[in-house]
Amino acid sequence: MAPVPDPARRQRIVAVAGNPNSGKTTLFNALTGAHAKIGNYPGITVESRTAEAELPRAGRVTLVDVPGTYSLTARSPDEEVAINSLLGRKGLPRPDAVLVVLDAVALERSLFFLMQVMEFGLPVIAVVNMIDAARGEGIDLHFDALRKEFGIPVVGTVARRRQGLDLLRETLDDLLADERPPPAPDWLWEPCAELSRDLDQFDAAIREEVQFSLPTPAARRAFALWLMMSVTPHSELEVRPRLRGIALEVRARLEAEGRDLAREAVAARYAKIDLLAPRLITRNPPRSHQTERIDAVLTHPLWGTAVFVTIMGLIFQTLFSWSEPFMGLIENGVGGLAGALRGVLPAGFLRDLLLDGVIAGVGGVLVFLPQILFLFLFISILEGTGYLARAAFLIDRLMRRLGLHGQAFVPMLSGYACAIPAIMATRTIDNRRDRFLTIMAVPLISCSARLPVYTLVIALTFPAAQKIGFLSTGTLVLLGIYVLSSLLALLAVGLLGRTVFKGRPRPLLLELPAYRMPDPKTVLMVMWERSRAFLTTAGTVILVMTVVLWVLLSFPRAGADLPDGTAAAAVQSEQLRHSYAGRIGGAIEPVIEPLGFDWKIGIGLIGAFAAREVFVGTMGVVYGVGGDGDAADETLREAMLRDRRPDGRPVWTPLTGVSLIVFFMIAMQCMSTLAVTRRETASWGWTLFMLSYLTVAAYLASLLVYQGGRALGFA
Amino acid sequence: MTLDLVPAGSAAELLDIDPCNGLRMRLMEMGLTPGTQLSVVRHAPMGDPIEIKVRGYRLSIRKQEAALIRCRSL
Repeated sequence: MAPVPDPARRQRIVAVAGNPNSGKTTLFNALTGAHAKIGNYPGITVESRTAEAELPRAGRVTLVDVPGTYSLTARSPDEEVAINSLLGRKGLPRPDAVLVVLDAVALERSLFFLMQVMEFGLPVIAVVNMIDAARGEGIDLHFDALRKEFGIPVVGTVARRRQGLDLLRETLDDLLADERPPPAPDWLWEPCAELSRDLDQFDAAIREEVQFSLPTPAARRAFALWLMMSVTPHSELEVRPRLRGIALEVRARLEAEGRDLAREAVAARYAKIDLLAPRLITRNPPRSHQTERIDAVLTHPLWGTAVFVTIMGLIFQTLFSWSEPFMGLIENGVGGLAGALRGVLPAGFLRDLLLDGVIAGVGGVLVFLPQILFLFLFISILEGTGYLARAAFLIDRLMRRLGLHGQAFVPMLSGYACAIPAIMATRTIDNRRDRFLTIMAVPLISCSARLPVYTLVIALTFPAAQKIGFLSTGTLVLLGIYVLSSLLALLAVGLLGRTVFKGRPRPLLLELPAYRMPDPKTVLMVMWERSRAFLTTAGTVILVMTVVLWVLLSFPRAGADLPDGTAAAAVQSEQLRHSYAGRIGGAIEPVIEPLGFDWKIGIGLIGAFAAREVFVGTMGVVYGVGGDGDAADETLREAMLRDRRPDGRPVWTPLTGVSLIVFFMIAMQCMSTLAVTRRETASWGWTLFMLSYLTVAAYLASLLVYQGGRALGFA
Repeated sequence: MTLDLVPAGSAAELLDIDPCNGLRMRLMEMGLTPGTQLSVVRHAPMGDPIEIKVRGYRLSIRKQEAALIRCRSL
């Protein structure tokens, strides 16, 4: 009979750490159930992932997915989270065991990371993953030697095929069940005398200042070395002032003595690894040249480019067109539900709030799901196979000219469909500066929601009969809009990169992992987790804002003083003019008048905040032809063309049209984008920055177009 | 010579990395320590970045950074 776990004992915590591309996440998913808890570490953009697993003796344990890093030195938020989760710093729980996932193919590099973890005296199991790939490369690993030299349990796995997991669970269970785990092995390498002296200098301060557990002298020395490596004069790392002071002092002395920390602390560890390597690894000629052969095609100047264009075209087509039917299905479903409920529920404020506010808001959130699911299906498959890194490798030269890394390409491309999935996709960018820069520029790329607005305004102001060459003016204008919006996004990257995001970008070192089949569970988990993250955080913000917007557009109620028998469309129109939004539209007229806009367009701009294409429906309501029309609606177009200003000039001149198009190209008019930016940057500051820089830029650009156009004599 | 000048398909031994912006420490942590053998697998179709193979794995690095890596042809 299995012993019953002691209920008084707190649930054990197991950290899963390792290099990027070591199959760490696949292993994590293979060990745990279908439910992982996703959260953000407070104040930073790094996601925390935890899930539970059941072990025979230890009972239920919590697994923590530690961000993948090549080292524990903290220079990026990811690396800082990695060390904090392993040591239990900054309020995080200290793990009872650490699974260090080693890449069997790049074993030496993985051993460097393993040594760093072990130096802190943590109870470690080395999980040598992807041993099948190593066999293919002709690498024979000697687990017994590894166990002996490192003094820790070692398990070989192929996480994607679920191989070796039973033994791993057993080993982990043994380690956790052991009331008094074996003493942590001492450091595997001997620091030189000077470095040793430097490390000793921290000891008293670490004993007095450090709150988390550093049980042994070796662990304190490991933390001292970590401080020396991580604390630089410019780093924003949060460290006790006294420890920071010592670290800076020691580093300054090290430089004055002409010493080299990288050699003393990094090369020295690798020297030990190189010394052990012949006993741990036997290299035979590779049995498989799979990755070489695939790469010969996929990075080939001609074939590689062709495959790249095809895959990117497929992603674009899927987001831009093929997700359309699914979005329509969601819209119709939500509309149908609202329609059915409208007949059942008693008329009144509550019914309207529920149907037009809440249900419409839920629909407005759900409608993004198809694009998010599709994009992350592609991204997780491309990432799982190893192609995503190759795509970045191929396009990097081009992206560098724009001041970005190749990894920014897929998010930028997705922006032509919708900024929401595009901003979520920036998670694939390693470097924080590039990631934020991309997020800030993505909304300038003309997304598909702007197309109905462009179509309506072009149809109004550029008659289809007008032709330049064999193309109609409207087609040329639309083409120009897309070219110009792409250029604007690049301009923003250039300008923001030189001002707001000044400073040398951290050079990116991109690993090109061996090609492999993606793990289906990991692909599904990525799709599910990204959708859930969107629904729970961005979704709630969007929902609340939809309800607020609905209140603005529907209250206070008009209609009591309208004569009976007024047409429904006219009632709607009167209601909108009477509403808060209508009044705001009127109030802001003096502000937007220099752009060529009147109060009706003002209302449209407010309504467009729900989603840009809502502008068309709002115009329909304002002009009293009903809100269900689309951009091709003749009645709406005619009503708009008949509209005159108080002085008798038409409202919709080509110049007003161009000015409005320019405004829509630039302005941050999408609350969903703001909500998702808030989630992905974990900062209201950056969200407000995005809103304000785009709004100001849009205003100035439209002002320039309209006033410049008038000065040049256009109507 | 520096790594950016090593022709595709050739092997080289790493001598040292010029310190710049913390790159030296990061590269060393990834196993590019003095004395390590590496090979340049290919250059990207547009000439940059380059792909190297070192300690069993493949790494992409821009020429600008590769120019800081001093090495000896093998």
